[in-house]
Amino acid sequence: MSAQTSVNGHSANGHAASHRRGFDLVPVTDEKQSAKDFKSDQEVRWCPGCGDYAILSAVQGFLPELGLKRENIVFISGIGCSSRFPYYLNTYGMHSIHGRAPAIATGLAVSRPDLAVFVVTGDGDALSIGGNHLIHALRRNVNLTILLFNNRIYGLTKGQYSPTSEVGKITKSTPMGSLDYPFNPVSLALGAEATFVARTIDSDRKHLTAVLQAAAAHRGTSLVEIYQNCNIFNDEAFEVLKSPETRDDYLVRLEHGRPITFGKDAARGVRRGANGSLEFCAGDDPGVLTHDAHADDPSLAFALSRLAQPDLRATPIGVFRDVERPVYDDLMADQLDQAVAKQGPGDLAALLAGGDTWTIS
Amino acid sequence: MQLTGDRFTSETAAFGNDLSTLPNFPAEIRAPAGTLPGVSSFQLHFADHDIMTPGDAPNVLVAMNPAALKANVGDLAPGADIIANSDEFSARACQRVGYPGNPLEDGTLTDYKVTAVPLTSMTVEALKEFDLSKKEAERAKNMFALGLLSWMYNRPTASTVEFLERKFAKVPQVAKANVAAFQAGFNFGETTEAFSVSYEVKPAPMRPGVYRNISGNLALAYGLIAASKATGLPLFLGSYPITPASDVLHELSKHKAFGVRTFQAEDEIAGVTAALGASFGGALGVTTTSGPGVALKSEAIGLGVMLELPLVVCDIQRGGPSTGLPTKTEQADLLQAMFGRNGEAPVAIVAPQSPSDCFAAAVEAARIATKYRTPVFVLSDGYLANGSEPWLLPDVDALPDLRVEFASATNHQSADGEPEFWPYLRDPQTLARAWAVPGVPGLEHRVGGIEKADGSGVISYDPGNHDRMVRLRQAKIDGIAADIPPLEVDDPSGDAEVLVLGWGSTYGPIGAACRRVRARGLRVAQAHLRHLNPFPANTGDVVRGYAKVLIPEMNLGQLAMLIRAKYLVDAVTYDKVAGMPFKAAELADVIAAAIEGVNQA
Repeated sequence: MSAQTSVNGHSANGHAASHRRGFDLVPVTDEKQSAKDFKSDQEVRWCPGCGDYAILSAVQGFLPELGLKRENIVFISGIGCSSRFPYYLNTYGMHSIHGRAPAIATGLAVSRPDLAVFVVTGDGDALSIGGNHLIHALRRNVNLTILLFNNRIYGLTKGQYSPTSEVGKITKSTPMGSLDYPFNPVSLALGAEATFVARTIDSDRKHLTAVLQAAAAHRGTSLVEIYQNCNIFNDEAFEVLKSPETRDDYLVRLEHGRPITFGKDAARGVRRGANGSLEFCAGDDPGVLTHDAHADDPSLAFALSRLAQPDLRATPIGVFRDVERPVYDDLMADQLDQAVAKQGPGDLAALLAGGDTWTIS
Repeated sequence: MQLTGDRFTSETAAFGNDLSTLPNFPAEIRAPAGTLPGVSSFQLHFADHDIMTPGDAPNVLVAMNPAALKANVGDLAPGADIIANSDEFSARACQRVGYPGNPLEDGTLTDYKVTAVPLTSMTVEALKEFDLSKKEAERAKNMFALGLLSWMYNRPTASTVEFLERKFAKVPQVAKANVAAFQAGFNFGETTEAFSVSYEVKPAPMRPGVYRNISGNLALAYGLIAASKATGLPLFLGSYPITPASDVLHELSKHKAFGVRTFQAEDEIAGVTAALGASFGGALGVTTTSGPGVALKSEAIGLGVMLELPLVVCDIQRGGPSTGLPTKTEQADLLQAMFGRNGEAPVAIVAPQSPSDCFAAAVEAARIATKYRTPVFVLSDGYLANGSEPWLLPDVDALPDLRVEFASATNHQSADGEPEFWPYLRDPQTLARAWAVPGVPGLEHRVGGIEKADGSGVISYDPGNHDRMVRLRQAKIDGIAADIPPLEVDDPSGDAEVLVLGWGSTYGPIGAACRRVRARGLRVAQAHLRHLNPFPANTGDVVRGYAKVLIPEMNLGQLAMLIRAKYLVDAVTYDKVAGMPFKAAELADVIAAAIEGVNQA
């Protein structure tokens, strides 16, 4: 259960807590791992055509790249279609109750720094019933990697609108159209003091894998929003971001240190307008912004999170924000170490006799 | 006022009296002074013999203002001493609480021995050499009163002087002023002729050993640390602040050197779920709360039942329903602990019977939780939490060995002969499942809230399997009855016809009442349940062995409902939900009447 010395090719002892990377305290293996090692013996039971299959396959393909001991990886989920995920991975896992996965994962990560803890959740699970736990995990910066599958619908309960559904959505529970304004998960996470926020798409395996790698390398809470297609209750919700005919005009691929341009031949760009808000411009405009995911100031990341138009035109994907901030579990471990350094290891007999005592002989 | 009471208690404990305390205060942090709802009181009962309750009718009342007098005078024994701070008895202050005149002077209190002392002005006078504002000086009047009482009852004073110096170490001026006020009060008692007597209450004979005074919440916190040591598991507390449980969180947060991790969660649900997550990782997961918090945690406790992981849920009960009476005591969460979850979700329940017993109850809850891999409730209450009593320090080396063995190897063979791990294979004795914590190669497995196949633990919707698993989970909890001590009955004459059965914090009042009844020459048996689920194996035999079973409870008969349902015994309830513990005299009359009823029948 104790911290290991050699992990990810780094010496954990050589890293001050604030400079640790994502899974620096998790033991590594020299054994060659493949995607097959991470498949459980359980039959996958999502609807045929569900976007979750692609994400599962990408995650099973990505986990071996981490080189971590499989037994030190834990997936925790809540309730919903996506939350069946842990059953299909041959790691330790828990399929818990609706919305609570971030809180369960917090308790586990805080008491077991030698584990790589992932949370799998959906838009209803994370943003509706579990909204409170999500925002508090983000502000605490617990060392978790949260995969938020956003299909903008409740699938498991057969098709009610979700907190990310567009206004006016006709569903079983909203025959005249939904009334409530949706959350933007990236904006919400940034507002909740998140240190790592990214967005990717289920069908773009290469991009999904790259984002997962960046999330895993980040120490603290990483939130990855994954646009995921529910082909039964909200089919083609993100189709314009996927179709070869439209995607170049609709997607803005954020890359740290690169100009924020999009469209065919990078013909269009993003710059600051006169009033400080973002505006579109020509791709070769001298004012085109350069993406800085590591900026302490989250305002550009926030502005980018608001860039997408209601029809999904100019939807940014990639890493919005990736900054270092002390990690809750590391800080708590430090306090325990400090207490022992200052007082010595706890002495129960001395504790019990700590008040005013008297002796009867 | 609570601090003054605590100090007098410490002096009394140090002197070697037996004692029992009842702090009583409003839910508001700074309730308006001088009003009836704003009265904060501290009742202390001490004696040269073994006592069980904070006492029914105090023999002396120190009333710092008319509101304090009015709120408490009804409780006093006839002829009791009243020491009143006459400075505060202005016409306006008296009228404010409904006294037409000054009760210290107008004959209202002829049944009592009244001594009016200008405590405030004497304190100010005693502190005039200090560079304090009038307001600051007046604040020390409680210490003046404490000094006076310390003289009256011959209390040792050194520990209070040390305490004040320690408490105000950062502001030596204030420390000196408080000590001066305390000593001035003591000297006033010695020199004035207002008090005809001072009292000597000799130390009570107690078992040899080292003692301290301890409150229920402190004992509970220490018990959890002891349980961590005994089980060899790091303690993880997930908790959200709530009255009257917050002090357990405060206390445990001080003890990081014991490896204790305290997590102040964003809500009650996160408190319990984080504890479950820690348990999954091999920690001793604990959550502390009160009744409203339990309501919020219910679904997660059900998850704990399904996951079959250890979890200790400490419910420091308070008056309900809803917000109810946050600072007052009640025992009305028993049925919530028993049944407050969806589905068939049995959990074990233990209840401490006195403030210091919270220590042992916490250790017992952790023993059951880790051995049987189940959520366990500890049902304390506001009276136990804040009340205090002397505690014979336990021998730390004699704590039970509760070490847990995690699964370390595969335990099954697949159809093709491969070794595999089945998380829901059970120990045939305890029915506890294997507890495999992450980090062990080859034991990777998934748990969750969906029904599990018996043994393999994979998702199963099979009807027969669900029926079997529901019964297995119930049988596991029921089986704990073979692993707990039998219900002991105190029946000195051996031929009582009435049994008084109780649970939790009513132990003291019931015990004191039984003594009174026996002193009247009547026969009565007493039994007290530490384990509420399952009941000790002999409980049925015990309750069936008496003509009448009387169950006093601070609820509307929750234990009685369980006893009647399970044993088909016509148990009768004596119930009261007034936010205060039973009085011994009140219970003695109820018991005597029950005995009379049997004799006449």
